[in-house]
Amino acid sequence: MQVQDTISDQLRFPMARRLTLIQNISKYKYLYLIGVPGMVFFLIFKYLPMLGIVIAFEDYSPVKGVWSSNWVGIKHFDYLFGDPKFWRILRNTLSISGLSLLILFPAPILLALMMNEVRNQIYKRFIQTLVFFPHFLSWVIVISLSYFFLSSEEGIINKLIASLNGTRISFLLQDVFIYPILMLQGLWKEVGWNIIIYLAAIAGINPTLYEAATIDGAGRLAQIRHITIPSIIPTIVILFILSLSNILEVNFEQVLLMQNAVTLHMTEVIDTYVYKIGVREGKFSYSTAVGVFKSFVGLIAVLAANRLIRRTGHEGIW
Amino acid sequence: MYKAKFYMYQGTIGFLLALIAAMMVFPILYVLAVSFTDASVYVPGKFYIWPEKWSLEAYKYLLTGGSFLYALKASLFITLVGTPLALLISSTMGYMISKSYLPGRQMILLLILFTLLFNPGMIPNYLLIFKLGLINSWWAVIIPGATNAWTLLVLKSFFQTLPSELEESAKIDGCNDIQIFYKIILPLCKAPLAAFALFFAVGYWNTYFQAVIYINDALKWPLQVILQQMVLAMNMNNSMNANVVAEMLAKNAVPPEMLKMATVVIVMIPIVAVYPFLQKYFAKGVLIGSVKS
Repeated sequence: MQVQDTISDQLRFPMARRLTLIQNISKYKYLYLIGVPGMVFFLIFKYLPMLGIVIAFEDYSPVKGVWSSNWVGIKHFDYLFGDPKFWRILRNTLSISGLSLLILFPAPILLALMMNEVRNQIYKRFIQTLVFFPHFLSWVIVISLSYFFLSSEEGIINKLIASLNGTRISFLLQDVFIYPILMLQGLWKEVGWNIIIYLAAIAGINPTLYEAATIDGAGRLAQIRHITIPSIIPTIVILFILSLSNILEVNFEQVLLMQNAVTLHMTEVIDTYVYKIGVREGKFSYSTAVGVFKSFVGLIAVLAANRLIRRTGHEGIW
Repeated sequence: MYKAKFYMYQGTIGFLLALIAAMMVFPILYVLAVSFTDASVYVPGKFYIWPEKWSLEAYKYLLTGGSFLYALKASLFITLVGTPLALLISSTMGYMISKSYLPGRQMILLLILFTLLFNPGMIPNYLLIFKLGLINSWWAVIIPGATNAWTLLVLKSFFQTLPSELEESAKIDGCNDIQIFYKIILPLCKAPLAAFALFFAVGYWNTYFQAVIYINDALKWPLQVILQQMVLAMNMNNSMNANVVAEMLAKNAVPPEMLKMATVVIVMIPIVAVYPFLQKYFAKGVLIGSVKS
């Protein structure tokens, strides 16, 4: 049985070459060794915290530790669902992510369609360079920039208004402006980056379709309507379903940085609430319960999204 | 006739795109211009895209002040130590899971995929860092970001495109898997690894919230936190310890706005510097889906 350890042998004689666990480990020991740092990382930083969600069912006290704190079952979840504050926070979260779906989702499609019409490749590249850039800036920078423009004291818009003898508008401190500002920031930062996937989809369209359409006398707009858009619809559908499954996700840093006492009742979302009651107020169990609720909804949503995508006749996400 | 229509159409599209691109660039140009303007000619509320009189005052002030330098040091440490570490962990694990004949690989892949689906949330992670004694340490910012499922999956599929003959012939020559990895595979993967290095570096440089939640010592804050404190702490409710910053903005000849904008520029410079390289990689579509931010 002293067979050379080659891959093809294993394929040819699957039963004969089935090795025991120990033989496997010694045979592939260097390969396992290479993966050790990563596996340790995943165990400690991805899977240990998953065990940590048990504190959502306890009255966790840091002194007693995770394993000996008092077990309280679903007390925190009971409290959560009875808490009017929670429903308002859920509503805020859904409002912001719903608005994003309405505005930030279609914007890159439109931009990609426009980009695709540009015939001059150098100009196209130039525009791409400019619109991709903000994606790499941090939210702190993006929000600092908005502050330079919008703040009522230092903001350039208000200084302009003041110099024209108008009354200053406190954009950052009014309910009406907060969601539009969030959307504008999101557009500015991500619209360019999000066109990449659509540009790739458009690049994959068979050029003979356009040639045939031109011969049939279709203009550019007709070609967009009857060739480009129908061709990228599968991509759009998949991305839309994926975005739907992220309905409880907002840009945490963005929202946290934009919060202030005046508009808090509109900008408190699940993540920022968890941060405040958990890290700042030390209510570990309750805040974990809120987090678990969100993760659980997220898990179900992704699984549902995957089924939905498969049902549309595409390969799922996994 | 046809030609005229073509130019009309191209002109309109080109003009609209130019407008959009201008909106992307304008805030950045404005901040750049103001930060380089001499305080004596600076008129608040005026739109600048070019300084009327150049001056490096704001930068000189920032780069001689103590707390700014501390923050710069923190950001550099996090980025320069974090990036190689992240590359090491990601590439080694990515290589391991690229070997489809490895027993147990399916299980490991599933465990990696599951972290994409379910995230235990902020508090269990916070308690873990706390238990590990990493509070107030830069490692608390570095280590949790060292790899993620997307990066691993992209690296895995890249390693799988390399011909398996490379590995087989090296084995015949007596190399073990570790030697194969760093003598043969890594040198062939310079381009994708460079791309990942850039993306990790940008990610670490931009880290804000991890630092806020895990680092309480104001002298250890990275630049992003200092910037947030300088620009936003005044009107936001999440100011923590603004003393450091108040000290910076208090006594000096340079208007605070210019200092703030100069800080924005300094925080932006490394990103601008690596941007051409970044663009080279993501334009090819190599890294789609690999960056989560």
